[in-house]
Amino acid sequence: MGQTLREVIRELTASHLKLGNQLFGQCLTAVGWVNGTVPELTENDGLVELSMADVMAGGVVVGSALMGKRPIYLVRYQGFQWFNSPIIANYAGKSKDIWQRPCPIFIRSIAMEGGIGPVGGSSHHGLFYRMPGIKIAAPMTPNEYKQVYQEFMEGDDTVYVSEHRNSYNVDYETSDVVIDNADFILFPFSITRYEALNIGSVTNFKCSVFPQCWISPLKITTEQIDALKKSKYGGVVLDDDYPNGIAKQIAYELMHKSGKPVHVLCIDERTAGFQPHNDNFPPSKHKISEFLQQIYNEQVSNYI
Amino acid sequence: MERFTYKQFTGLDRIETFTKALYSRKFEEHVFNLIKNNTFKYPLYLSAGEEYAPATIATYLKRQNIKPLIFGQHRGHSIYLSFDGNKDKLVCELLGKKTGCAEGMGGSASIQGKDIDMFGHDGLMGTQIPIAVGACHATNRLTLAICGDAAAEEDYVMSAIAWAGTKKLPILFIVTDNNLSILTEKSIRRNWEMSTFANSVNVDGYDVDDDPKLIWHCLNNIKLPGLINIRADRLFWHAGAGIDNYVKRDRIKLERDKLSFLYRDDIDIPHVESQIKTDINNLWDKHLEK
Repeated sequence: MGQTLREVIRELTASHLKLGNQLFGQCLTAVGWVNGTVPELTENDGLVELSMADVMAGGVVVGSALMGKRPIYLVRYQGFQWFNSPIIANYAGKSKDIWQRPCPIFIRSIAMEGGIGPVGGSSHHGLFYRMPGIKIAAPMTPNEYKQVYQEFMEGDDTVYVSEHRNSYNVDYETSDVVIDNADFILFPFSITRYEALNIGSVTNFKCSVFPQCWISPLKITTEQIDALKKSKYGGVVLDDDYPNGIAKQIAYELMHKSGKPVHVLCIDERTAGFQPHNDNFPPSKHKISEFLQQIYNEQVSNYI
Repeated sequence: MERFTYKQFTGLDRIETFTKALYSRKFEEHVFNLIKNNTFKYPLYLSAGEEYAPATIATYLKRQNIKPLIFGQHRGHSIYLSFDGNKDKLVCELLGKKTGCAEGMGGSASIQGKDIDMFGHDGLMGTQIPIAVGACHATNRLTLAICGDAAAEEDYVMSAIAWAGTKKLPILFIVTDNNLSILTEKSIRRNWEMSTFANSVNVDGYDVDDDPKLIWHCLNNIKLPGLINIRADRLFWHAGAGIDNYVKRDRIKLERDKLSFLYRDDIDIPHVESQIKTDINNLWDKHLEK
């Protein structure tokens, strides 16, 4: 057994702070030091509690980044980004272009689902997607996380890291599922990959599955595009955010590159509530299977 | 750093402050005329009338041998000039040239000076204040966080000032209070002052007009983190070349009269003024010709 993703994040953070960098966040000791992903350190070690207004907190982090502290900014629920993102998106995202000053921030933004409502629930990475100058990744395994962190440290861009609590216990890497002449090609983002990788257990369609870590820039390979071109019924982009965001944008790009229809399946286009009966979960393997059947039916009926 | 070292406001300080402020005024008047002649195709924000705050603070910090981090926003030409930002780069920036201080991307509102550690502004009012607080917290360097009286009302500005108070940061907040949010007067917007707000969150707050002696006095006495609300009248429109129709107090005129009387042996004001005008004409002509 290797290290869990939780342990990797905690260790990377500890070594990051030893370099003299900073970590900011609100309620950093909460829920067992943010699910065990934050080392139990103090402000003298670089761990800074930002307990005031969320919009201001983003600005403080930008100031730290301008001074070369390569701050990690931890936001415990992705929906909190509606208040935390304005100064980061509008300053850190533009600083290199306007003032030729890098402003690199590693934004740790955590998603979860289940009785937690529309702000605490799901991923909200689409918020940052419309702003040029900010990279977005959704690492779901230990090695992916290390690679994203390494890319951040080697570059000078702000990186939005879309995490998901359900991945913190993962202690293994995932592989693509590659099937020749597949019926469908699935491109799962964030936590949707784990259901997508099990799609074979609930459908008779032949599906290749290419989990994606990077959202922006998109790092879909030529081989994956070729597989999409050769597929019978096209592709499906799966995501843990609303469909009218990155998913449709990526589907649009994939359609241009492949000439094949690409659909999207995300959380539903409705607000989640705070009770289990009105949750809004990312697509399960059963829901994905039904969606593939629906696409198939539509294409066949069109053909007839 | 909790306080500045006490420095007396000498005649030399007063003359240097006046000369800095006068340079900014003549620069802005020159730009005013260029705007009228349609030299620019975008909005410019002139700081005429508000020159004395940055001129006094720049002179004071020079005496302290302190080079601060500087965060301002639009109407920042006189901040840049007072702290000795490169004048050629400012002119080129206003002309949109690649040789400008922000390589032609900043225009008038988002100027920066890398050589003077002055940082650009993104266009969202007041964001420079929390950013300045973060920069100060990261470096423990004296930081100037400058905004107008309307930007100061933003919630993130106020919470940033409060956080700086909690962390006891070496930061000086300057509110350039021209009483206007474009044209909406302060009395319509609020019934409290920034200095009293600052005091309520354990930040040393002062409220003065733009008399250099008073500003200097505040600097000598202020405990950091501190805030000085400095009242000054904006002489021109919010943006562009125009003059609002209200009675204005012009600190440069007042100081010119005083210096002419008190220091007539030390400064030949007409000569200094003429020299500054010539310099500015040459500066602009050089870059407009290219």
